[in-house]
Amino acid sequence: MSPPALIRTVALTKRYPGVTALDRVDFDLRAGEVHVLFGENGAGKSTLISLLAGVSAPSDGEILVRGHHARFTGVADARAAGISAVFQEFSLVPTLTVAENLFLGDEPRAGPFLDRKAMRRKAAALFADLDFAIDPGRLVATLSRAEQQMVEIAKALHGEVGILILDEPTASLTDREVDHLFAVIARMKARGVGIIYISHRMQEFARIADRVTVLRDGRWVGTVAMADTSEAALLEMMAGRAIAEVYPTIARHPGPALLRVEGLHAWGVHGVDLELRPGEVLGVAGLVGSGKSRSFRALMGLLPVHAGRVTLKGVDVTGADTGALMRAGACYVPPDRKTEGLQLAFTTRHNLAQGVLAGSGSRFGLLPWRRIRKRCEATADRVELPVAYRGRPVAQLSGGNQQKTLFGRALGRDYDLYIFDEPTVGVDMGARAAIYRLIRELAEAGKAVVVISSDLPEVMNLAHRLLVFAHGRIAAELDGDGIGEAAVLAHFFDPIPAIPTPDEARLPA
Amino acid sequence: MSATSSAAPGPAGPAGVVPATTSVRLRAMSRALFIRLGVLPFFLVAALVVFGLASDNFLTVDNLVNVARQSVYLVLVSLGQMMVLITGGFDLAVGATVALTSVVSALVMASLGTVLPDAVAPVIALGALAGFAAAALVGLANGAGVAWFGVSPFIMTLGVSSVAAGGSLFLTGGVPVSGLPPQFADLFGFGRWLGIPVPVLVAAVAIAVIWVIMTRTRTGAHLYAVGGNIKAAKLSAINTRRTLIVAYVLCALIAALTGLLLTARVESGEANLGGTIALESIAACVIAGVSLRGGIGRVETVVLGAFFIVLVQNGMNLAQIGSYLQMVLLGGLLILAVIFDQLRYRMMMGA
Repeated sequence: MSPPALIRTVALTKRYPGVTALDRVDFDLRAGEVHVLFGENGAGKSTLISLLAGVSAPSDGEILVRGHHARFTGVADARAAGISAVFQEFSLVPTLTVAENLFLGDEPRAGPFLDRKAMRRKAAALFADLDFAIDPGRLVATLSRAEQQMVEIAKALHGEVGILILDEPTASLTDREVDHLFAVIARMKARGVGIIYISHRMQEFARIADRVTVLRDGRWVGTVAMADTSEAALLEMMAGRAIAEVYPTIARHPGPALLRVEGLHAWGVHGVDLELRPGEVLGVAGLVGSGKSRSFRALMGLLPVHAGRVTLKGVDVTGADTGALMRAGACYVPPDRKTEGLQLAFTTRHNLAQGVLAGSGSRFGLLPWRRIRKRCEATADRVELPVAYRGRPVAQLSGGNQQKTLFGRALGRDYDLYIFDEPTVGVDMGARAAIYRLIRELAEAGKAVVVISSDLPEVMNLAHRLLVFAHGRIAAELDGDGIGEAAVLAHFFDPIPAIPTPDEARLPA
Repeated sequence: MSATSSAAPGPAGPAGVVPATTSVRLRAMSRALFIRLGVLPFFLVAALVVFGLASDNFLTVDNLVNVARQSVYLVLVSLGQMMVLITGGFDLAVGATVALTSVVSALVMASLGTVLPDAVAPVIALGALAGFAAAALVGLANGAGVAWFGVSPFIMTLGVSSVAAGGSLFLTGGVPVSGLPPQFADLFGFGRWLGIPVPVLVAAVAIAVIWVIMTRTRTGAHLYAVGGNIKAAKLSAINTRRTLIVAYVLCALIAALTGLLLTARVESGEANLGGTIALESIAACVIAGVSLRGGIGRVETVVLGAFFIVLVQNGMNLAQIGSYLQMVLLGGLLILAVIFDQLRYRMMMGA
């Protein structure tokens, strides 16, 4: 008889209004193993770990910890059961110091008072144990993203931890830091800690994974031993079909440059030159903080431009406001549909109407509602939004339908240039395919299309031309068959160039 | 950006070098000071210079001691306000809480005083207790509304403020409550101990206690964490709802203490005490570098901020600026402080 699993879930289910995020999932974690959760964005990985870490409560099903039923009413319960999680969105307080953050919610005390000396001592000991070189007295706001990630991991590891959950821990780390993290993981494994590991980077699995569980659209697809599987097999399990079927082939008929950027400087952008051509999909890849999104936000008037020149159809639009750029034919679709994209309380129709309103003139100051309504319906058909959802508040829709609405709004007017920032975050397979079809339709109709994405297979498969950003600059431009995972990843971690003087920074990368 | 460009060595002649570097250093220093402490040190120096020039009586020991005594009430309320601001909310009900405490405690003292004319100490204690209890209810209502029902602090405390203010007017019919034990006013309003006014002593003890809470206890650490990033706090197993409620209750209790001291000072329970103190306490906090986004604020500087507001009022009185115009100037000062707070936040996050 083997000992009971550290964690076992039985038919675990989580329903949100309008969407079942996790549907009867069985999962188990053994002591001393690294169990990878693999799946698309929106497949239910984050939901699963949020249930295991006590962040939210399941709608149905059970969680067993070391063979005992567990009902977590909060993170504190899960921590008491020895479950500790590092989430993708950092649970650090930027206005506090590293040491204060490490012990947040579990501060060492001497009598009724905080024991700051013990805090500093323990923090130093913890960092020494993990071999992290970070001063515990620093303010978290002043740390780099990689350092914040280190602190986050250290925070999860203090105290008695039997189960460690890591959600995309390497997303902002360099190769050397990843090696370091893996060494820490190996040590934890040796101590019998069970580790649930979420990542999109398949090349990492071979190095650390013992087993892999694949989720798709909230359902369990399969659990396999890493030794018995291959990358291709995992990808197919993830997508539910051969990967070639997901991504359409997009015809490329580039025209003369539509938009030209020279020496663009903005906050976090240090000299970017690029050209957008109609009839072509430009992919943009890079880590968080590489400036990939910021460059386009700056040229769209969403961030102040410090220096450089942007011309659209030969007209200088440097620093123009977003409204003017939209009237000139450029449209930016933001990455976060909830905070920047949609009016969550409005119905789908009214959201689509906003897109139409952006372009339509009014007669005698009155809105031509009948015409607007007709165009909204046409757009909704085009983005394949089910009729039943069109009168519902957007907040109740699934991520995929929300994203379709967001795209529909951008299609409410005929733009010449579309910039899609993270177009498929948290979107199911069906909606993803629909969105890719729209991207193809636009590009083949002679629009200039930009796809900015952290999802590497996505940008690599859609793009005709691919820009790789690192440290606020373009580290590489790959074209056609030159686009490959190894080539892209190699440039993610290009060393930081020597501190540029304003003149040097204007040189093309 | 501007700091780096101004720090770059220019082709200046040797004669220009020395003053240039000192001015650069001065600018860098004031920039660092501004980021650390906010706009207060600059405002304070400006006020001392302006009013010192405007009136000969301003920079005298007597006047400054007087300002210290007058500022006790605002200092206390501002510290309570600071706790709520640090959690990312604010409390517009502090003024009404002061009034309610005054009325309730005065009513209890006056009615008990007629029944038990000889037991002065218990009468005062029970009256004060009743005042604190009423204030605690106000704080609980605010905290519960914000933490449990997710009402925005603005609406919640505005509504509660109306309830509390209306309640105190209802209880008194708008007439001051008199008949308090004279010992109450003698001790807490005008008393001295070792030559120091009792209200100042009470405030000193309160400041010390609040400082300990904010810097040396878990409660304080959690208040900062909730305001700094409430999601992170929740994920760190902090009971964020309880923490928010604690903030509003502590704020109300400190307002109650202020209400009692003011009641002793005016020797009656009055429903119109604390009329402008909500705005003034927020102004004091913001000027003292408490961030309206939460997570940032220090006890020492808030004490100084409240002192500054009273100092400006005193200076304007000495400079014979009318009270109507004073309102205009104070409002302008508050807006200016908020603008500087915005700048400071950008410098902190973007520098």
